[in-house]
Amino acid sequence: MVAQLTKPERQECIVIVLAVLALGAILAIAGIRDPLGVHGLLIVALCLGALLYLLNRYNDPEPTGDRSTVYYDDPTRVGIAFTMVWAIFGMFMGVWVAAQLAWPELEFGQAWSGFGRLRPSHTTGVIFGFGGNALIATSFHVVQRTSRARLAGNVSPWFVLFGYNLFCILAVTGYFMGITQSKEYAEPEWYADIWLVVVWVTYLILYLRTLARRKEPHIYVSNWYYLAFIVVVAMLHIVNNIAVPVSLGSAKSYIVWAGVQDAMIQWWYGHNAVAFFLTAGFLAMLYYYLPKRANRPIFSYRLSILGFWGITFFYMWAGSHHLHYTALPHWVQTLGVTFSVMLLVPSWASAGNALMTLRGAWHKVRDDATLRFMVVAAIFYGLTTFEGSFMAIRPVNALSHYTDWTVGHVHAGALGWVALITFGSLYTVVPSLWKRSGMYSNKLVEVHFWLSLAGTLIYVFAMWNSGIVQGLMWRTYTEGNTLAYSFVDTLVAMYPYYIARTLGGLLFLIGAIVATYNIYMTAKRGPVADEDRADTPILVASDPQPTPAE
Amino acid sequence: MAEIFHRKLERTAIGFVLAIIAAASVGGIVEIIPLFTIDETVEDVPDMRLYTPLELAGRDIYVKEGCYACHSQMVRTLADEVDRYGPYSLAAESQYDHPHQWGSKRTGPDLARVGGKYSDIWHVAHLINPRQVTPESNMPAYPWLAENQLDVYQLPAMLRAQRMVGVPYTDEMIENAAMDAIGQANPDSSQASAVIERYGEATEISTFDGIRGTVTEMDALVAYLQVLGRLTDVAYLQPDSDEAPAAAGALASELIAPPDQE
Amino acid sequence: MDIDHGTLVAFSKSWGLFYLIAMAIAVCIYTFWPRNRKKFTDAKNSILRKDDRP
Repeated sequence: MVAQLTKPERQECIVIVLAVLALGAILAIAGIRDPLGVHGLLIVALCLGALLYLLNRYNDPEPTGDRSTVYYDDPTRVGIAFTMVWAIFGMFMGVWVAAQLAWPELEFGQAWSGFGRLRPSHTTGVIFGFGGNALIATSFHVVQRTSRARLAGNVSPWFVLFGYNLFCILAVTGYFMGITQSKEYAEPEWYADIWLVVVWVTYLILYLRTLARRKEPHIYVSNWYYLAFIVVVAMLHIVNNIAVPVSLGSAKSYIVWAGVQDAMIQWWYGHNAVAFFLTAGFLAMLYYYLPKRANRPIFSYRLSILGFWGITFFYMWAGSHHLHYTALPHWVQTLGVTFSVMLLVPSWASAGNALMTLRGAWHKVRDDATLRFMVVAAIFYGLTTFEGSFMAIRPVNALSHYTDWTVGHVHAGALGWVALITFGSLYTVVPSLWKRSGMYSNKLVEVHFWLSLAGTLIYVFAMWNSGIVQGLMWRTYTEGNTLAYSFVDTLVAMYPYYIARTLGGLLFLIGAIVATYNIYMTAKRGPVADEDRADTPILVASDPQPTPAE
Repeated sequence: MAEIFHRKLERTAIGFVLAIIAAASVGGIVEIIPLFTIDETVEDVPDMRLYTPLELAGRDIYVKEGCYACHSQMVRTLADEVDRYGPYSLAAESQYDHPHQWGSKRTGPDLARVGGKYSDIWHVAHLINPRQVTPESNMPAYPWLAENQLDVYQLPAMLRAQRMVGVPYTDEMIENAAMDAIGQANPDSSQASAVIERYGEATEISTFDGIRGTVTEMDALVAYLQVLGRLTDVAYLQPDSDEAPAAAGALASELIAPPDQE
Repeated sequence: MDIDHGTLVAFSKSWGLFYLIAMAIAVCIYTFWPRNRKKFTDAKNSILRKDDRP
């Protein structure tokens, strides 16, 4: 990691680590009677580890030659490693909490392992740990290639990557200790939130400075999506997390928003986190890695621009559909529905654009599991956005809200779209990053594909069933005009589905473990000779791409 | 013209960032800002009480344990929900909730109106082992709540922070927060009457976990659960929900018209 | 409060719509401006060119 850094840059790293260490020490002392102190100590320990590493490598040979003529891919490589570690952690927690709903004894009687504390560690682990690291790692790769310029900084990419992972670690370890704001997908407490702002601003500046160095006159559309992801997530994060700490020595804070305003801001945040974290950034991957892997340009560049502005504009209005029939004013709910339905247009434009890119090249999809990951992701994206618009309509929402249908919808998006496009992108980028002619094993990519698809389908079908069954049971009346089922009756009906979904999640987790092994072996050893490698498209840095005819 | 404009935008990526912010912020501003003309969004409720220090501590435990992941606190304006849980929730009822706990999933039932529905003893037994009370339940057990002593001396700081975010606690309430928490969990004690004085006649004074003399996290959580939906009577003063059409089986027709707050 | 709820809501409902339409027109003009065609074609093909060095 330090090989590409000069001596002064290594000193800069040491100063930054020392500064963070000092902050950690302050938290540890101020929060000595509070879980905050544990986090302070954790920061100190992590910084000491980093410091030891830096000092140990301080006298390593410095880079020679003009660094601006080569891309800076070390942060991307480390970012991919983090991505896979978080994938396994987050998905494991997911399987665990899913199993707890079927077999509640699996909490083992401990405070830290109850459903309420583990569940955010699953959502944070997969969304921010797995998804976030994948976005940061691929954005560093894509912005350099599309700008034909090296990253505008040698230390700041590391600060962004490690700083971001520190945030994730503080978040997840905090939940186990009961440090949470209990705002869905925004659980981390005030000090972690402030830290994320610092990291995120650095990320934005780095990204903009790299774009400013570009040799291409036009900013490629993937960068638009990455930029929207960075900018809007900053906006959402800051507004949703404004809080007053009980004291500087306490992890606990109270959010400044109350009741109905807090609910609206929370779901403005929550829904747009879906839009700009889980959609925009991953569409950026789609618009770069899919054409790259298929070796043909995107079907319509204009459509991608229209889609971009459509998504950027429409999504912001849609959050209130999470609050139908609640105490939120009716006109806000109506606006939410309208825009949720309109969102279908730019969403399907993107999905259609991806699929049309492959017109006349479907034999590649048949033969290449990596391309198939991305195609199936685009299909799931189309299906999930359709389902989302449908569920935002008030009468449908009356049935689906508060049930597993929502959970199924989220996982159709998270597993089918986000995770599959990520794996497809990783399988595309990993061989070129480590200068290999292909993945270690294409058979394992194939195995991973089928595990993922089977897992996703089992999960989503189980949740559709359980959600609709429970929603209908809640509203079933007897002939005497009384409710037909007690709440417990409806819970009992859920158990078979909870077992099925645990199985689906488990398959998906196994797939992620297979992927991690495959990526690790590719980085370490390079491809094994297997016969089906010959007909897969291979992307190697040294292998020039044919320029497609105009 | 648009083309020249956009080309300039692209030259400087900063301009592009501004365009993204302009496009993305409008929706939020339009929907959120009007909500802050609070007197129109949230009904004026003269009888609204504040959470007592013990109830607030209980709420903090509810937040800490992530109960929102399985329990909502929002009865929607739908006939079956009103029949199952009670009158639909009004904005005023959560006006002092920092953060709101409306939730998004009901693995367990809604809790907006759970206050007073079950006895203290039921709650304690249920929290210690849910399956003892409801064999089919998949709720986690919280036996340690009954053993952990509540750190009442933190409470003044909690109330002070609550006041900073807009909850009208008085200086007197903040000063006496620790004693009030002890008093609420110890009926017949001298502090108990002071709690009633400060927080109103409707405040529930009880031993909660059945044990006198100590204040545990269990006391706090049960005190909070028992006050849910009972901070004000306003929801119960609505036109009787039974008069609303509650047709069996029909999908859309069984919806009660939402309160028109425009 | 000086600005009352009704005014704000009316403003939200009307100007939000105008903004939406103006924005859509601007984006369409940019996307379909004839002179931009070449730029877009270049962009979509550029990512497939050699990418081992800046």
